Amino acid sequence: MASSDITSKGSDDATPHGAKVGLLRVLGPAHIWALGVGIVLVGEYMGWNFSVGKGGAFAALIACWFAGILYTCVAMIDSEVTSTVAAAGGQYTQAKHIVGPLMAFNVGLYLVFAYTMLEAANAITAGYLISVVAGMMGHVGDLDQRPFIVLVIMFLAWLNYRGVLATLTFNLVITSIAFVAILVLFLSTSGVLGGGIMQHAALFEGHELPYGWIGVLAAMHFGLWYYLGIEGTTQAAEEVRSPARALPFGTLAGIMTLLIAATLTWYICSGILPWEFLGDGVDGAVAPLFSAAQLSGSMALVWFLGFGTLFATLASANGCINDASRAWFAMGRDKYLPFWFGAVHPKFRTPYRSIIFLVPIAMIFALGAPLDQVITFSILSGLLEYTFMPLNIIQFRRKWPLNSIKRGYEHPFHPLPAIVLLCLCGITFFAVFLGYGTQLVAMIGFYIVVSLWFHFWRYRFVNRGTQFTMPWPKPHGY
Amino acid sequence: MAHYEAPKQSKAGQLLDVVVLVVLTIGALFVPLWMGMAGAAKTVANPDANPTWESLGQNAVQAAQYEKLGYTPETAHDLILARFDYSFTTAALVVMIAVIVLYYFLMLRFSEVEYREVISEKFGDK
Repeated sequence: MASSDITSKGSDDATPHGAKVGLLRVLGPAHIWALGVGIVLVGEYMGWNFSVGKGGAFAALIACWFAGILYTCVAMIDSEVTSTVAAAGGQYTQAKHIVGPLMAFNVGLYLVFAYTMLEAANAITAGYLISVVAGMMGHVGDLDQRPFIVLVIMFLAWLNYRGVLATLTFNLVITSIAFVAILVLFLSTSGVLGGGIMQHAALFEGHELPYGWIGVLAAMHFGLWYYLGIEGTTQAAEEVRSPARALPFGTLAGIMTLLIAATLTWYICSGILPWEFLGDGVDGAVAPLFSAAQLSGSMALVWFLGFGTLFATLASANGCINDASRAWFAMGRDKYLPFWFGAVHPKFRTPYRSIIFLVPIAMIFALGAPLDQVITFSILSGLLEYTFMPLNIIQFRRKWPLNSIKRGYEHPFHPLPAIVLLCLCGITFFAVFLGYGTQLVAMIGFYIVVSLWFHFWRYRFVNRGTQFTMPWPKPHGY
Repeated sequence: MAHYEAPKQSKAGQLLDVVVLVVLTIGALFVPLWMGMAGAAKTVANPDANPTWESLGQNAVQAAQYEKLGYTPETAHDLILARFDYSFTTAALVVMIAVIVLYYFLMLRFSEVEYREVISEKFGDK
């Protein structure tokens, strides 16, 4: 079969569905890196430390690296598929073309919930941080965090409404500052610059594996938080100038950055903070890098890491709004959801109705649920999505073998990454079951109900052949 | 396959679909919270009536870090001694595995039926 270029070549003013106003192609590889790392880097600033609570510091390190392997597989698989399926919606659009409409509908919901819950978690952390800063500035008593949570979500939604280039350029700057803050804290506390304050051996003494090996398995649950969201780079596929180059480059550079940041974060925090305090993200270390900076004795570091934490939460929430709205928009455009959501703003060229619609959803969870529950909801949606990816790549390679269509990137050692990813997802399901089995069953029950709703009701409003928009040949076996 | 012409959905119908989806979403996420069945709470199995850093299992370095964080043995008592309970029943594990497998099975099965329609209409049956 002859090779053909399947990368999207849509112009600025044409969507795959022929609408007159499309999303704007203005982004480069640096923006993709900023989108991916910007969403995820907050995971080093808060949330990952629940894995310490689940199994101890060593368990959290093992979880960090195994989750790193999981996400490396995700990034490799995603880079191959998305360098060919270059359209808004990311994995939703991949599933639509490769597995089928019902799978796509579910994947679209995974994306929206994972990112919207992550956005809610970011807003909660930003509210907490502002209350801590108020205390440092002399405020007496408890500060009501709710107005700040609302303000953060509203401001970032407004930024997203106004345009993608400004949004992701803003992300590029604040993500870079947040990443540099981790490097500076590491250099300042590890002994590279001046005297070190790390005390790993003494802090671990007697608490190496407080729950034994089952604690290592349990830690995998929150180990995902170090990297959750890197796959969101694909949401910008319809807005990058060169999808085949920028998407794999930005995604793979992003996962490498995060592997370094995650390991440094664990090293810093576990060498300064006792594990019981570090592992309690509600009553102990809500923002562990900030807590580590507080024990460094340097006010400059405290302020730098304070800004780093705030910037990381803002960058993440910003990227989450961007990604969740693209997924919702793409489903609306295909009529998987009401078509009203598939509109693009005539001036700003953004999916403005989807952006606005998801604002109150994020607020409900940011104001109404505790942080660990919100994080768990996000992780569960992410986990269901990662379980879909091995199925997706295996079907992709089977339906369109390597010599049949042109790919921007071909991931090596197939099907090994898919098998490893599936096994690690199985382990993580067990880890979630150990502590949050009720949510797991409730969430899957929800997906079963909405799947039946989609298949037997909603799908009647979807045109059949026209939803397949990629210029690909007919798949093998059909 | 004959070309399928999707019916046009009324605005009220679109609104109703969104309401259904939002209610299901909030229900799935909040019902476990409201019923107090969400999450793994940590509990202190053996409380210490007169805690010291030694009785809480903390060495000198660990105790010093807690003190820098503003804790005393009394205020750190629950933080240090609370533990998760990872015990589970085989039946619960089997139910979880069955639910996950059933979910993916249903989804792949229905997706395949829908996908064949899409490919048939897009490319024809040849």
